[in-house]
Amino acid sequence: MTSPTSTTTLPRIGILGAGHVGPAIGRVAIEAGYPVSIAGSGDPAKIALITQILVPGAKADWPAQVAAEADIVILAIPLHKFRTFDPSLVAGKVVVDLMNYWAPIDGTQQLFEDPRYGSSEIIQQHLSGARVVKSFNHAGYHELEADRRPAGSPDRLALGVAGDDREAVELVAALVENIGYDAVLLDSLREGRILEPGGPVFGASLNKEQFAQVLTAKAAA
Amino acid sequence: MNDSSSLRTGFPLTFGLDTFGDVHSDETGTLNSHAQTVRNIVEQGVLADSVGIDFFGIGEHHTYDYPLSAGDLVLSAIAARTRNIHLGSAVTVLSSDDPVRVFQRYSTLNALSSGRAEVILGRGSSIDSFPLFGYDLSDYEVLFEEKSELFAELLKGSPITWTGTTRAALKDQDVVPHLEAEPFPTWIGVGGSPQSVVRAARHGYNLILAIIGGSPSRFQPFSNLYLEALEHFERPAQPIGVHSMGHVAETDEQAQEEFWPRYLEVIKHVSKTRGFAIPTPESFRHEIGPHGAIYVGSPETVARKIAANLRVLHASRFQLKFGMTGLPHTAVMKNIELYGTKVIPLVREILGSES
Ligand SMILES: NC(=O)c1ccc[n+]([C@@H]2O[C@H](COP(=O)([O-])OP(=O)(O)OC[C@H]3O[C@@H](n4cnc5c(N)ncnc54)[C@H](OP(=O)(O)O)[C@@H]3O)[C@@H](O)[C@H]2O)c1
Repeated sequence: MTSPTSTTTLPRIGILGAGHVGPAIGRVAIEAGYPVSIAGSGDPAKIALITQILVPGAKADWPAQVAAEADIVILAIPLHKFRTFDPSLVAGKVVVDLMNYWAPIDGTQQLFEDPRYGSSEIIQQHLSGARVVKSFNHAGYHELEADRRPAGSPDRLALGVAGDDREAVELVAALVENIGYDAVLLDSLREGRILEPGGPVFGASLNKEQFAQVLTAKAAA
Repeated sequence: MNDSSSLRTGFPLTFGLDTFGDVHSDETGTLNSHAQTVRNIVEQGVLADSVGIDFFGIGEHHTYDYPLSAGDLVLSAIAARTRNIHLGSAVTVLSSDDPVRVFQRYSTLNALSSGRAEVILGRGSSIDSFPLFGYDLSDYEVLFEEKSELFAELLKGSPITWTGTTRAALKDQDVVPHLEAEPFPTWIGVGGSPQSVVRAARHGYNLILAIIGGSPSRFQPFSNLYLEALEHFERPAQPIGVHSMGHVAETDEQAQEEFWPRYLEVIKHVSKTRGFAIPTPESFRHEIGPHGAIYVGSPETVARKIAANLRVLHASRFQLKFGMTGLPHTAVMKNIELYGTKVIPLVREILGSES
C-alpha cells in the first residue's frame, strides 16, 4: 500500500513455505517495499514458476539460505510438518508464527494438545533460540491483498501482533502497518491465544476499535 | 502476458451445475430424507439436460448434510435418462480413493453415456473422507501427488505400469473397461494451492478454480501460473474453469430472500467446525456484489457477474454450485430452469458481442 522510496532500509523477509499462505504474504510484503526471499521444503527450482508468477520480485532459495539471510522469518508451513522443522535454522531470528491448530480440520496432533499453552507458545518452546511473534494467523490469506488500506482509512482492518519480545513485536507491527493494516499489540504469546481459531478474532475482519472492544470484553470476562 | 481481462479463444464456452447432494425441503418445509435427496438429484440432472446445460457435477461428501458419497451411481441414473449433458464428479476426493477404481467407475459411466463422462479430481482438505477410509490427513500431499500421477497414466490406456508408496504397484496391468475414443476430460480442482495448479499442468489436466469467498479476480495469478506452467511443461493449451456457489430466481430480491437464511445456517455450522467468526449481512452483501464470490440474483445479475469473471480468469467453463441446503425443491428446480434458459444464453450474448 505504502511505497517507501528506499527498499534498502527495510528488513528482509524470509518466507518458509510456498503453499496457500506463503506467496500471499510475499506478494503484499514486496508491494510494501520489503525485500523478500521464499522457500519450499527443498530445491528452489521446484518453486521457481510459483515465485515468478505469484511473488514477482522475490528470490526463491533453499530454506536454510532464506532463513539465514532474513531479518524476519515467516513460518508458513502446515503445522503437521512442524515436527520435522529444524530449529537451528532460525536460531537468533525473529520468527512470525502464522500457523493455526484446529483439530477438527487438521486432525489431532499430540504436540499441540496441551491445554496449558497456545500453539504459538508451544512453537516458541521448540524454537527456544528464536523470538516468536504470533500474527497474520487470524486473517484469510485469500483476503490479505484485497483488504489492505492506507493508514487512516475508516475501513482499515486490524491484525493482532503478540510476542514476549518487545523489539520483535515492533518489527512485525511495522510490517503489518506497512502492508496496509493497523497493528494491535499484545504483550505476550500467552495473550496471543485470543487470536486462535475458535476465538473472537479469528476470521472476523475487525477494525482497530472493534478489536479493542473484543480485548476489553475478554478482560472483563 | 495475461494481465488483462480477455476471453481465451480456442475453447468453447461451457456451463455446468454442481451439487454436493445438499438436503432440501419439501412443500411443507420438512427436510427430505437422504433417499429422497438422492432421487431428487436425478430429477435435477434430467431437468438440467432438458434446458441445455452442458455439465452436471456431483461433489463427493460423506456427511449427514451432504449424503452424496457415491455420486457416480447417481450420475449413471441421470445418464440413462439424458442425451447431451456431460456428467462428472465435482470433485472426487482422489487422495482417499483408489485411482484404479475411480478410472473403472468413470470409464463405465463414459461407456453408459456414450462419451459424456468427466472427472474433477481434488486433494480434499475437508476432513470427512480421510478417517472414514483410514487415511491420515497429514499425508494428503503425498497421497494426492502419487494418485494424480497414476490417474494420468490410467487415462493414457492400458497396459499400466506404476510404482509408488500409497497403493500396490502395477505391472503391465490391464484396467477395464477400455476407453472407446479419447480419454474423458479430467480436471484438477484447486482452492488456492499453487502446487496443485502446477501439478495440474504437469500431468496435463484441465484446471478448475474453486472460488468460495472473496474477490474472484485474486485468482487471476493462478490462471496465469497455469498457462505459464503448461508452456513450461510443453503441454498443449487446456481449458480453465470456475466453480462458485449461488442461486438464481426471477428477481434479485427473491433470490436473496431464498438464499440468505439458508446460507447463514450452513455457514454458521461451517464457522463452528472451522473456528471462524460468523459472517454478517454486510459481508454477505459484499460476497453477492461485483467483488464477491457468490452468484445470487436475477438471471441478468448472475449472467453479468459470470461473464466478467470468466474474462478476468481466462476461463471458458463456469460451474454454479446450486441448491443451498434447506432450499425448497421447487426453488431449486426453478434455479436450474432459469440458469439454462436465461443465464447461459445471456452470458454467451455478453461474451460473444465483446470477443
Ligand atoms: N488458510 C488460511 O487462510 C490461513 C491463514 C493464516 C494461516 N494459515 C496457516 O498457514 C500455514 C500454512 O498453510 P498452507 O495452506 O499455506 O500450507 P500448504 O499450502 O500445504 O503449503 C505448505 C508449504 O510449506 C512448505 N514446507 C513444508 N515443510 C517445510 C519446511 N520444513 N521448510 C520449508 N518449507 C516447508 C511446503 O513445501 P513443499 O511443497 O516443498 O513440501 C509448501 O510450500 C498453516 O499452518 C495454516 O494453519 C492459514
